[in-house]
Amino acid sequence: MKINDVILRTVTKTVVFIILTLGIYLFFAGHHAPGGGFIGGLVLASGIVLLYLAYDIETVHKGMPFDFKKVAALGVLLATGTAIGSLFFDAPFLTQTHSYINVPIFGKMGFSTVTIFEAGVALTVVGVVVTIILSISEDE
Amino acid sequence: MRMNNFLLLPIIIPFFFGIILMFGQKNLKYQRSFALLGIGLALISALSLLIKVKNDGIQKVTFGDWPVPYGITMVSDMVSALLVTTTLLIAIFVVWYGFGSITKERERFFYYPGIMFILTGVNGAFTTGDIFNLFVFFEVLLMASYLLIVLGGEKGQLKGSIKYILINVISSALFVITVAFLYSVVGTLNMADIAVKIADINQPGIVTVIAVLFLMVFGLKAAIFPLYFWLPTSYAAAPIPVLTLFGALLTKVGIYAITRTYTLFFVHDLSYTHDLLMALAVATIIAGCIGALAYHDVKLIIIYNIVIAVGVILFGVSQMNEIALKGAMFYLIHDMLIKAALFMLIGIVIYITGTSDLRKMGGLMNKYPALGWFYLIAAFGLAGIPPLSGFVGKLLIAQGGFEAGSNWSSIFILASSLLVLLSVIRIFLYAFWGEEKETTGTVDKKVYHTLFMPTVILVLITVAYGVGSEWITPFMDDAAKLLSDPSIYIDAVLKED
Repeated sequence: MKINDVILRTVTKTVVFIILTLGIYLFFAGHHAPGGGFIGGLVLASGIVLLYLAYDIETVHKGMPFDFKKVAALGVLLATGTAIGSLFFDAPFLTQTHSYINVPIFGKMGFSTVTIFEAGVALTVVGVVVTIILSISEDE
Repeated sequence: MRMNNFLLLPIIIPFFFGIILMFGQKNLKYQRSFALLGIGLALISALSLLIKVKNDGIQKVTFGDWPVPYGITMVSDMVSALLVTTTLLIAIFVVWYGFGSITKERERFFYYPGIMFILTGVNGAFTTGDIFNLFVFFEVLLMASYLLIVLGGEKGQLKGSIKYILINVISSALFVITVAFLYSVVGTLNMADIAVKIADINQPGIVTVIAVLFLMVFGLKAAIFPLYFWLPTSYAAAPIPVLTLFGALLTKVGIYAITRTYTLFFVHDLSYTHDLLMALAVATIIAGCIGALAYHDVKLIIIYNIVIAVGVILFGVSQMNEIALKGAMFYLIHDMLIKAALFMLIGIVIYITGTSDLRKMGGLMNKYPALGWFYLIAAFGLAGIPPLSGFVGKLLIAQGGFEAGSNWSSIFILASSLLVLLSVIRIFLYAFWGEEKETTGTVDKKVYHTLFMPTVILVLITVAYGVGSEWITPFMDDAAKLLSDPSIYIDAVLKED
């Protein structure tokens, strides 16, 4: 008998959006409140894992055709990229900079290169967690 | 104020190339050429760093432009510059050797990124000026070494890696606990600042306890006497190029960490800490000698020789005078080079004969005379026969020992050379002399040359290191001065520029 998982799938469709939004919220909150790249990345990854639980690997892969090993590598590249970037401005390695820019709707907002560094961390976490889950599940 | 990011290049370049190599995993040509290119560039920057440190003194940079004790400082002094250069020099030959030795499946599965990350960790650990950052770099190199030791998934590898990972997880946890203790006492993590704070409170009993804890932590990594038990079986499981990299680099990071902490932090209660270190060093040599003579497995014989060398170097460190420290530095660099060369040589022997059991080998001299003679040179170098590379280091260590008044143990160090010589000459006698035995390995001429060329060059480098020790002495003098007088390091790091 085929198990009917229509309730799981319907709930997942709604909940995944909440989880992903929370992940992105945590990521951006990191500078002034608890959160940041690592926890944001973990929450994003948990959303993706929920998708894998509710659907099968092929279906999710059709929607997200990423090689998650490369996502992780890209994240590390991004993080070291911001660190190496400081070399070109004659500043010590890993120096971060920030500035305030007037954005049309939101008004004055602070932008910082730490955000790019943290984006790298988040991508690495997502890549690593999903790679681990997928390698274990695909093992025969 | 001049910023000096230059000293980071030997760490960043391997890391960057490691990431680049994560892409294009199946393309062997790309993997091989970029791995060599990365290590080559890093080696060039390490060499120029070495010259810069020689000319301009200690180099430092604090991440993110923070003032010194608050940010993470990276410090490149003569000790670390020499070790970083040697590391990259060995890595280039190991990678070249790997072209002939490592299987294609392994190459396609992140073998080269693993090597790049291990180099990042080793170079970072040699260069860092922050005790917790040292822990992080230890983990970087350990994670990469876990990958390399288990990559391939043979039964022996799985068995060896479980042991290896367990031991290292435990020792890393101990490391964190020890750093926590130290932080609660001195309230800082910057190494130079720690040294100042410990001098201020004149090393009370709790700091001596922390010193012994550090000896346990780093001793587990460096394989000193009661803590070396994991090393032989774990290392023997790895394929030859990986074993070469481990044998030449990993235990040396532990030795470096002991040397650094015992010459910079814990210098106020020598009669306890350094006598303990000396006793353990002598016991390490005994244990290593017993192991090196007991086995008929070529891998295990050389692996136990690592343990002996760890003891010899740490004996030099424990004497705490300039001559013995200079000897320890000489011997440390020598040992990294010669162990790499020896592992590569026995790798060729194993490739030709198809076995690592000495009793099944014989008569290789007829077919491979060049290999035989180069092995003999490397073996003599290991034992320290002048003018080869092991001589100067051991001579200075013994001289320093006599000067510090530890006569019996110095004589013992000299006598242990005989056992070292015996253990490696046994390989020569069994494998190269005698009757030719049937070999199970199939020898492909092209593969043989890929293995032979880097090995020969490395052996020649060790010979040059011994014969040309006159040229290297100025560098070693600087390193020894720095180790025997912590104030040079402290001033260089803490002073405003």
